[in-house]
Amino acid sequence: MEEKKLTPKERLKIPSQVMPEQDPRERIHNVDEVPYGYDEELARTEAMRCLQCKKAPCVKGCPVEIDIPGFIQSILDGNYRASINTIKLTNILPAVCGRVCPQEEQCQMTCVVGKSLKDVAKAVQIGKLERFAADWEMAQGETEMPEVKSPTEKRVAIVGSGPAGLTVAADVRREGHEVTIFEALHKPGGVLIYGIPEFRLPKQIVMREVENLEKMGVELKTNMVIGKVYTIDELFEEGFDAVFVGTGAGLPLFMHIPGENLNGVYSANEYLTRANLMQAYSFPETDTPIARTKNVAVFGGGNVAMDSARTALRLGAENVYLVYRRSRAEMPARVEEVEHAVEEGVQLHLLQNPVRIIGDENGWVKAIECIKMELGEPDDSGRRRPVPIKNSEFMIDVDTCIVAIGNASNPLVPNTTPDIATNKWGNIVTDSETLKTSKKGVFAGGDIVLGAATVILAMGQGRKAAVAINEYLASGVW
Amino acid sequence: MSEILEKEFITDSVFRMRVEAPEIARKRKAGQFIILRTCDEGERIPLTIADASVKEGWIELVVQVVGKTTKSLSELDAGESICDLVGPLGRPTHIELYGSVVVVGGGIGIAPSHPIAQALRAAGNRVISILGGRTKDLVIMEEKMRATSDEILITTDDGSYGMKGLVTDALQALIDKGEKIDLVVAIGPPIMMKFVSLLTKKYDIPTLVSLNTIMVDGTGMCGACRVTVGDETKFVCVDGPEFDGHKVDFDEMMKRLRMYELHEKESMDRYASS
Ligand SMILES: Cc1cc2nc3c(=O)[nH]c(=O)nc-3n(C[C@H](O)[C@H](O)[C@H](O)COP(=O)(O)OP(=O)(O)OC[C@H]3O[C@@H](n4cnc5c(N)ncnc54)[C@H](O)[C@@H]3O)c2cc1C
Ligand SMILES: Cc1cc2nc3c(=O)[nH]c(=O)nc-3n(C[C@H](O)[C@H](O)[C@H](O)COP(=O)(O)OP(=O)(O)OC[C@H]3O[C@@H](n4cnc5c(N)ncnc54)[C@H](O)[C@@H]3O)c2cc1C
Ligand code: SF4
Ligand code: SF4
Ligand code: FES
Repeated sequence: MEEKKLTPKERLKIPSQVMPEQDPRERIHNVDEVPYGYDEELARTEAMRCLQCKKAPCVKGCPVEIDIPGFIQSILDGNYRASINTIKLTNILPAVCGRVCPQEEQCQMTCVVGKSLKDVAKAVQIGKLERFAADWEMAQGETEMPEVKSPTEKRVAIVGSGPAGLTVAADVRREGHEVTIFEALHKPGGVLIYGIPEFRLPKQIVMREVENLEKMGVELKTNMVIGKVYTIDELFEEGFDAVFVGTGAGLPLFMHIPGENLNGVYSANEYLTRANLMQAYSFPETDTPIARTKNVAVFGGGNVAMDSARTALRLGAENVYLVYRRSRAEMPARVEEVEHAVEEGVQLHLLQNPVRIIGDENGWVKAIECIKMELGEPDDSGRRRPVPIKNSEFMIDVDTCIVAIGNASNPLVPNTTPDIATNKWGNIVTDSETLKTSKKGVFAGGDIVLGAATVILAMGQGRKAAVAINEYLASGVW
Repeated sequence: MSEILEKEFITDSVFRMRVEAPEIARKRKAGQFIILRTCDEGERIPLTIADASVKEGWIELVVQVVGKTTKSLSELDAGESICDLVGPLGRPTHIELYGSVVVVGGGIGIAPSHPIAQALRAAGNRVISILGGRTKDLVIMEEKMRATSDEILITTDDGSYGMKGLVTDALQALIDKGEKIDLVVAIGPPIMMKFVSLLTKKYDIPTLVSLNTIMVDGTGMCGACRVTVGDETKFVCVDGPEFDGHKVDFDEMMKRLRMYELHEKESMDRYASS
């Protein structure tokens, strides 16, 4: 096909290209990544579907406003280097975002192709193309490093090495400032490392991005809990001129139902941290244990719940029940995640809610009691509120429960820095444009500001904060 | 990487280790702990900071060999390094002038009691220490505890040293003697802390215990360390490690400590045979 001559009509006829994936029956026995990625031919065919819209509504749908038609055109031209460079102008973690962005609610939601075909699933597969460009670059070995301006003698401390912190580090370092990232855990990456499983986001990708930052001259200090080993004020005393707080939403919420402290009840954070960060899936080759049980109940309907359920399967569970109090349409998880989970054998228990966890004489979980729900009037979020159906309680035998109903903000930094204002949910309050907090010299962004949100939103805030930090350091005006 | 400066066995199964950690030494207060990881496949384990020197930039750990990680740690020598060391974690002990304080340390719990006794004494309290162990060998750090106490009592289960009996017997004897006690701090095996708390509750003596739940991150992120205190769930790593002993659900905590019993045995057996 001679692509340049295609009419929009012809382009709309090209079916959306499916990414090859590991067979569900195979993949539940390993932790390897599920989709293999596009090859060049698939990528260029998919790229052909893009109409190269003048006003490109997809760009507005992307929180960091990647020049989407631009990078897609470069793929079509076979100029992959140009493509990745276009993406990297605004997004330093394309290999991550291409994999984990909720595209159907962002760039792909507004895509003209999807709209014309009246199905968002048929939109141009922007995320998959982004992943293709990023993976191509990685396969080339060396990545092109952004230029770092000459030293300014100014120092910036970044607290937390999640996507928000990493983004700020890159953008501030480029201006020639000295950058030190302080990370509480022994590995950098935040949720990308400890939360999102290997089969969805290979850890090597994250480590590579971090190494690239180090090559740019960013200093990384792991095992540093800010608020404990140094307070924010002490960072200023140590000679930092500005501080960015990107500590995330790492405070697991529980349901406050009876039995939640029984053995075998995990927060999703603990379950996923053991499996991912601590590599408990390789126990006993690695030292950190995790319950390897047969019947697992996961409570929740977001990405975190899907990741937990799919991890449980890979740890050998025979039955994984995903208990969610609304219906499938209301699930906050990415559509692809729900599809993958169901394909792999996760059993959806929709419109049900656990009311009690029952233990055996040794303090281990043996069953849960659930109640059936129905959808009532819409609540503040516009979603129909689930209400329990009287006398519909029933039991399910399980030996592990994973609570994945959400996370609140990590309180360590706000608690030890009272002059940083927070709201009633414990999120740090910032100016929405500059990400300045109430404390001079301190900026914040990502989940600690937004509440549990997304990778790309955290990065979007990181970019804005970096602009403001660079301005502040140049002008000295708060 | 943190370099080990000194290591010495003080009993067959307990060793003392000095580790280079100037930043932690500078900040730590009595009652706080660190989390360490010995190597890349290693588990993160919490250990109390038993002592520290700001000037020389080290912290001291006193560790009992109970499983794979403590065993492999015990095999490292001065000059070698620990992969990861993070701290100081947890809230420091609330130190004030209470009057007369009894510090009860059981077994390896004597190590974490030491900095607390030191700080309480420095704040002007009269400190009576009760050290207990199953047998003479397990009563560690006697000299150090003596140096920070106004009075010291020692108990062993088998009577091989000090008074024969449990720490609760010694505490009961103090109470019976009419000793005025304004606060009890009890650190040791959960079962010991449970019985000390039950005893002091009878006499309405405020009691602090330091809990040693299973932990992963130590920053409040995972909830592995949760315990029931009163009618609330608390995270030991950030809300503790010290709590009002009269309110802690020790039975639940002891069950939770056994959650990975089989895994721990498997891990240890594998290590021992390699
Ligand atoms: C299991 C799971 C699956 C998810 N799936 C998706 C997905 O598919 N798509 C998507 O877009 N989003 C997803 N999210 C959400 C997304 O990961 C987060 O919105 C994003 O990581 C937030 O980035 P952040 O930089 O604000 O914080 P985080 O990624 O949370 O990073 C914060 C970092 O700060 C460190 N830290 C905390 N306190 C301190 C301190 N006091 N001192 C030093 N360091 C500290 C933490 O250890 C952590 O490394 C998922 C989240 C989870 C938990
Ligand atoms: C705040 C705190 C302070 C502590 N201070 C000291 C100290 O100063 N000296 C000392 O010898 N011990 C201390 N401990 C206990 C120490 O952490 C455990 O003995 C150690 O983790 C055992 O690891 P292992 O691999 O050798 O044994 P394993 O075989 O893994 O376990 C043996 C037992 O140790 C406990 N344990 C296992 N894993 C963990 C974990 N990740 N976190 C906590 N406990 C675990 C369990 O009860 C288990 O049954 C402390 C614990 C806490 C929570
Ligand atoms: S970063 Fe996310 S939202 Fe933006 S184009 Fe890429 S996949 Fe879409
Ligand atoms: S809206 Fe869709 S078709 Fe139009 S430029 Fe964006 S990706 Fe291409
Ligand atoms: S150890 Fe994870 S929350 Fe306390």
